[in-house]
Amino acid sequence: MILAVAVFAPLLGSVACGVLGRAIGDRPAQAITILCMLLASVCGVSAWYEHIWGGVGTGVSQIADWIDAGSFRLNWALRYDSLSVSMVAMVTCVATLIHVYSVGYMAHEKSTTSRFFAYLSFFTFAMLMLVTADNLLQLFFGWEGVGLASYLLIGYWYDRPSANRAAIKAMVVNRVGDLSFAVGIALIFFSFGSVNFETIFASVSQHVNDTYRLFGGEIRSYEVIGFLLFIGAMGKSAQILLHTWLPDAMEGPTPVSALIHAATMVTAGVFLLSRMSPLMEFAPHARDFVTFIGATTCLFAATVACVQNDIKRVIAYSTCSQLGYMFMAAGVGAYQASMFHLLTHAFFKALLFLCAGSVIHALSDEQDMRRMGGIWRAVPVTYVTMWLGSLALGGIPYFAGYWSKDAVLEATFAAASPVGTYGFVCGTVAAFLTAFYSWRLLLMTFHGTPRADAHVMAHVHESPVVMLAPLVILATGAVFSGWLLHASLIGDHNDTYWQGAIFVKQGNHVLQQVERTPLLIGLLPTVTGVLGIALAYWFYMFNPALPQRLAARYARTYRFLLNKWYFDELYDFLFVRPAVWLARELWQVGDVQVIDGVPNGLASMAEGGSVQVVRIQTGSIAVYAFTMLIGVVVIVSLFLLVR
Amino acid sequence: MNWALAAPELVLAVSALGILLNGVLRTRDSTILCTVLAVAVCVITAVLVIDTPTATAFGGLFVSDAFSRYSKLLILAGTVLCVVLSLDYNSRQRISRFEFPVLMLLSAVGMMVMSSANNLMTLYMGLELQSLAVYVLAAFARDDIRSAEAGLKYFVLSALASGLLLYGISLAYGFSGSMDFSRIAQAVMDPAGVSAGLTVGIAFIIAGLAFKLSAVPFHMWTPDVYEGAPTSVTAFMSTAPKVAPFVVLLRVMFGPFGHVTAQWQPIIVLISIASMLLGSFAAIAQTNIKRLMAYSSIGHMGYALVGLAAGTQTGVRGVLVYLLTYVVMSAGSFSCIVAMRRRGLAVDKIADLSGLARNDLTLATLLAIFMFSMAGVPPLAGFFGKLLVFQAAVDAGMWTLAIIGVLTSVVSCFYYLRVIKVMFFDASVAPFDVRSRSLSVVALATGAFTLIFFVYPAPFLGAANQAARALFG
Repeated sequence: MILAVAVFAPLLGSVACGVLGRAIGDRPAQAITILCMLLASVCGVSAWYEHIWGGVGTGVSQIADWIDAGSFRLNWALRYDSLSVSMVAMVTCVATLIHVYSVGYMAHEKSTTSRFFAYLSFFTFAMLMLVTADNLLQLFFGWEGVGLASYLLIGYWYDRPSANRAAIKAMVVNRVGDLSFAVGIALIFFSFGSVNFETIFASVSQHVNDTYRLFGGEIRSYEVIGFLLFIGAMGKSAQILLHTWLPDAMEGPTPVSALIHAATMVTAGVFLLSRMSPLMEFAPHARDFVTFIGATTCLFAATVACVQNDIKRVIAYSTCSQLGYMFMAAGVGAYQASMFHLLTHAFFKALLFLCAGSVIHALSDEQDMRRMGGIWRAVPVTYVTMWLGSLALGGIPYFAGYWSKDAVLEATFAAASPVGTYGFVCGTVAAFLTAFYSWRLLLMTFHGTPRADAHVMAHVHESPVVMLAPLVILATGAVFSGWLLHASLIGDHNDTYWQGAIFVKQGNHVLQQVERTPLLIGLLPTVTGVLGIALAYWFYMFNPALPQRLAARYARTYRFLLNKWYFDELYDFLFVRPAVWLARELWQVGDVQVIDGVPNGLASMAEGGSVQVVRIQTGSIAVYAFTMLIGVVVIVSLFLLVR
Repeated sequence: MNWALAAPELVLAVSALGILLNGVLRTRDSTILCTVLAVAVCVITAVLVIDTPTATAFGGLFVSDAFSRYSKLLILAGTVLCVVLSLDYNSRQRISRFEFPVLMLLSAVGMMVMSSANNLMTLYMGLELQSLAVYVLAAFARDDIRSAEAGLKYFVLSALASGLLLYGISLAYGFSGSMDFSRIAQAVMDPAGVSAGLTVGIAFIIAGLAFKLSAVPFHMWTPDVYEGAPTSVTAFMSTAPKVAPFVVLLRVMFGPFGHVTAQWQPIIVLISIASMLLGSFAAIAQTNIKRLMAYSSIGHMGYALVGLAAGTQTGVRGVLVYLLTYVVMSAGSFSCIVAMRRRGLAVDKIADLSGLARNDLTLATLLAIFMFSMAGVPPLAGFFGKLLVFQAAVDAGMWTLAIIGVLTSVVSCFYYLRVIKVMFFDASVAPFDVRSRSLSVVALATGAFTLIFFVYPAPFLGAANQAARALFG
């Protein structure tokens, strides 16, 4: 019941704010959404607490009938288990803080902001619908709702062409993954005759040996389904190949980036794999692919983040990279570690984005780090909280990221498979790079000589309390959440936390083996992290000329990284331009010349014909009589011919 | 001798002569009185028509059946509408004379004789009586050179057509040995044994009747005569005098020549297609609304011929309903056209209708209804006529004919809709003179019929069905 309140309070807020926003004014509209979000987070957290520690068991609460077609029956229902309540608690809390923060951040908007808050709440609702779904179709509903909300929010400033482009890009790239996900759902329905989780999970063992005949060979159906579901997850969670929308998504207001990158949207893919763990466990090859893509994304995004100059873009690629960690863990079977990293990451990534927003706010909407620097005294709270967030992200011991990232890396090592080892190597290098770019960001933003112009520097100011309070709360989470939660989520007794919500096949002992990894392996991420920090200090504090020299020396590598491995250019060449060409041809040739041309041509022919026909109408009786006689001749001859 | 069977024709003829006598003897202008009397006589005749039993008279020369009754009622209705419609026009054009309604009545007598004809001679006699009256009517505005030209043109070409018809009749008589419909039917019982001479005779008879219908290629007179004749006469020519030759054509084709359907079908198909094409395409270039109506009527005859070409009872039923809706729409349209008059002068350009909706919304709306109906837009009456004939063609497997029919009615939409566009969306010009009440009555009555026909079409469909069944016996 309280879970239902947690899920539907944001919807209520969204509708109320969206419908009444103009009538009641900005302040009341904001108040309504925030109150609804507060209610949701209180309910979300208590649902979580009751379920995990209060002994309220796993269950499903039916809401309404949805589809009843022949043998296919589907209900709107909320699933109540450890996975969903953990997500609900995290999503509602983070989203509430972002709502509060937005009040301050959007204060400078000239137009009414009720639309913004309505979208934010709707975004939250869609994500909650996704995580509490009891069947794949409802999950897909939330999945698409999240996609729609992201489109609306990324394109919130619809008068900016770049924002519109980014919004469309997010929509289109996601569509690729969504298609695959939809096909996966269809295949599940064909295999199991249902899309209800209970039904699917109960009969997983019966269909283990089913195969599809594909590409001239027999492929196990679970592998195909797992692969398709993961392609869907890749789209939402911005994994390499389908990642291009995520960095552009920062065209939206900064709170939106925080919401997308931390609580909603991108975590949906990771959640999906954990949710479908009973099936994924029987698709080892698909999971190897997951690990491979996760590891590659992790490293790729980290390298790109090292050279970006836009503060939000660095954090965006950092998200991409961290999501890679989560997929790696899920790929080797450590779903708990994956979810753990998801939860801790939500805190420090939201924190980092909101800090970045605070910095941007302080510097009069400047986003380029090359025109920042030397402002740490002016914005002490932002500075400190951003430090804490970076420490968490960099995996420095006892901060949130340390616990979860260590667990992920050790799990990949413990998996002791080739692809696991690949993941471990990529992850470790990425950990080094993560620490490097995090401190590069800190140092470029806050330290050194001010590079902004005097006018901007004169206006540098700390953000209002309404923006700082969420920072402080999130910073607390970034510091303590790992330490508080790691024993429950991934410790020896994690069974009592998850209560069967995550399925682990017999013989999958990855998580147990994590405890037995060599000490050196356990220390490695920390060591590389510290080394990364040291390198960043050397580059950007003690020897500031060095980065430019390196960039000039290795210009080609630098440009490769700066241009994000040329993915956008490649896609532009492969997909965008052919599509635009085709569309243009269809328009100019297909539509204008053929579809318009045919009727226009017929019309002018009719007009011309009409003039010709009328021409014999001379008024002369002789002509008329002659025509009649010719008519008679024709008729008589025809008559005689037919006879 | 069963004189009672011809009572409606006799009453009408004698009354017409009586009205003529009255007009001649009265010293004062008696146009209005004569007109009223003419309408009254028509009504009485209609009552008598309804009352006539089914039988033949005058030694088989004359027949009365459901088919002839339906036709006669339609002819009388068209005549009444046009008599009423012409009253005001004629007086404003200063051609108002008591002979005018008398000529219409005589023409109606001829048409009624045609529709009861059971013998080629009766047919010819009725046709000539009808035509003679219309020649005079077409030239009724004696002082107007265009009217005189129209009358002369119609007379000369019609004479040629009568010659063709007569020649066809003589061939038919020569090769079948009789002019009686049932005897001819017996003579051509076996299609294989039909002589070439009779076949040529049928062709000539079709040609002669097609002239009256103004079906292509015997249509050439239509635009010129429609334009030149006084509008009241044009209105008359496009209603009842179209019905009579058509019902005669139906009777001849399914009566004496009912056994050689396969032979005349291709001819009718050809004429029908040519009429539909010409009617829809040639009208596009017209700027004069009377010429437009001329081409429109050519097209409509083409559509109606589709039902004949189908060669079935449902086809005939379709034709009969089509003729009904056509007469009503046509009378309605002309009642609007007759109202086109500025500062006492009749105008007939489409451009003169510009912006009519702002000056006279009622008139514009009524004309729009008639145009929509002529274009065959549901649920107006014109749609059902088209629907029935096309359906009959499809049922008979004549897809080509039906498809050409639908396509040409799409083309014809262009010029019907253009009239509506001109009235409703173009800049308005000086308003028309005030309409007389008689015109409004005709326009409103026909408009109401066109508009609400779809609500209760059953009695009309039933009557048409009965008439068609009578023809197929």
